[in-house]
Amino acid sequence: MSDNVTRAEICVIACAEIFDGAGEIMASPMATTPLIGARLARLTTEPDLLITDGEALIFADTPAVGGSAPIEGWMPFRKVFDVVASGRRHVVMGANQIDRHGNQNLSAFGSLQHPTRQMFGVRGAPGNTLNHPTSYWVAKHNSRVFGEQVDIVSGVGYDQVNPDNPAYGYLDIHRVVTNLGVFDFGGPDHTMRARSLHPGVTAEEVADNTGFEVAELDSAGVTRLPSDEELRLIREVIDPKGLREREVKPVETSR
Amino acid sequence: MTAPTTTRTQTDKSSTLDEAIAEISSGMTIGIGGWGSRRKPMALVRALARSEVTDLTVVTYGGPDLGLLCAAGKVAKAYYGFVSLDSPPFYDPWFAHARTTGAIEVREMDEGMVKCGLEAAASRLPFLPIRAGLGSAVQDFWGSELKTVDSPYPDADGRTQTLIAMPALELDVALVHLDIADVHGNAAYTGVDPYFDDLYCGAARRRFLEVDSVVSTAELVETVPLQRMLLNRMNVDRVIHAPNGAHFTFAGDYGRDEAFQRFYATSAADPDTWRAFSERFLAVDEETYQVRVREWASEQEAQKA
Repeated sequence: MSDNVTRAEICVIACAEIFDGAGEIMASPMATTPLIGARLARLTTEPDLLITDGEALIFADTPAVGGSAPIEGWMPFRKVFDVVASGRRHVVMGANQIDRHGNQNLSAFGSLQHPTRQMFGVRGAPGNTLNHPTSYWVAKHNSRVFGEQVDIVSGVGYDQVNPDNPAYGYLDIHRVVTNLGVFDFGGPDHTMRARSLHPGVTAEEVADNTGFEVAELDSAGVTRLPSDEELRLIREVIDPKGLREREVKPVETSR
Repeated sequence: MTAPTTTRTQTDKSSTLDEAIAEISSGMTIGIGGWGSRRKPMALVRALARSEVTDLTVVTYGGPDLGLLCAAGKVAKAYYGFVSLDSPPFYDPWFAHARTTGAIEVREMDEGMVKCGLEAAASRLPFLPIRAGLGSAVQDFWGSELKTVDSPYPDADGRTQTLIAMPALELDVALVHLDIADVHGNAAYTGVDPYFDDLYCGAARRRFLEVDSVVSTAELVETVPLQRMLLNRMNVDRVIHAPNGAHFTFAGDYGRDEAFQRFYATSAADPDTWRAFSERFLAVDEETYQVRVREWASEQEAQKA
């Protein structure tokens, strides 16, 4: 096995660690890298995770990306909303914009009733964030995504919380994983904090590509490298076609 | 001695597309079943797009249904959680155009809120409480049309939960596509997901069902597991036989026509290509549409060869 690990593979490790300790809940990764990460977690630390085919079937096994596997259950969209409300889910969504408080936008750019660019709409983000752990995956970390504020609050950030209303009590923006590093909202007043930067990434590079100050950026550690077994699972079992390399701009790190 | 028999039979609700669309008038609120670009009642949508009706309010888990109605200038207001083609290029071009030109007013919401609002309407309740929406732009999209409600039951610590009071999404008409039905409106889906079509019908005053296949009641119950029978006849007013009617979205027996969906999206990019697309596929009745789709597919095959 090569001693060289790609940036994409480090991102997969960071995405797998999103699910550390998650237990028997539904994992809902919405892009290739977190999908590989969720399946890696299921094959290593979190064997009880529920994963689906992206339609309505729950996999009894852990197939390769795009592959099929035996089925253990049925999860149509109607039931997904029941799971959302129950809290037994961790979603990894994408984001067109994220601010320092964790507000996320995937709806549109510009004004509410007359946007300059239309995307999907708020989708499940308002309900996901109010109900269960939510993380974000951003394949291209830059200051257009990480800006001062988001145009349309889809996923709810910590500064929206009304502390007098217990209905906000489940808000848990767990991680933000990007091609540059791993972040959470453990900074002052629940603002974005660097947990680790990927090997070869400098604090300056993150600062230059982020439109706000990131807490603990200079003291952040380095994202860990995959073990031999994890690399084997990623390369041979989960993603033999190398789809991860299409999502993350290639950077190699020697081990 | 023979038992007395009844000569009366249950209502035959067989209908044409045009008879169904004739019931829809300008200003109505229309709910459209399916999800994204999945099992959409596209034959009914195409017929509605050809009609004289305007100023519709549309409630949908949106896909090209909302897109085609926007392209035809039928939509004044839309209630949705998302609009997606589900596969590349993902964003519906005509919905995007209607939004970026300010042509429609929208009440965007969390996906779960759509279900919640349909459940309220189907249960004849004015609202149902839900957490989703709190703190997000959903409250700005709706303005004073969306209210909150304080729980009458305090939490164990004495505090009070304030929740979104999701208003009932009452529909004048529901349009849904299922795979197989009888003429009375008993109907089943054969794909993997029922979506919310029964809720749309429950929330609506008039319920129009288009189906790929119409069979006898006896054949219906023999063909599908009974758990797949999503609709029973008391929730259906018209049954429209429309083979391949969900095209280019998918239904139980056929997949999404990805090539045609991409063609729809790319045709929208330019006025000339859209005019050509409209004249060939949208200005014609459903039967002609289906013929032209088959011709188009043959042309694509011939070009590849």
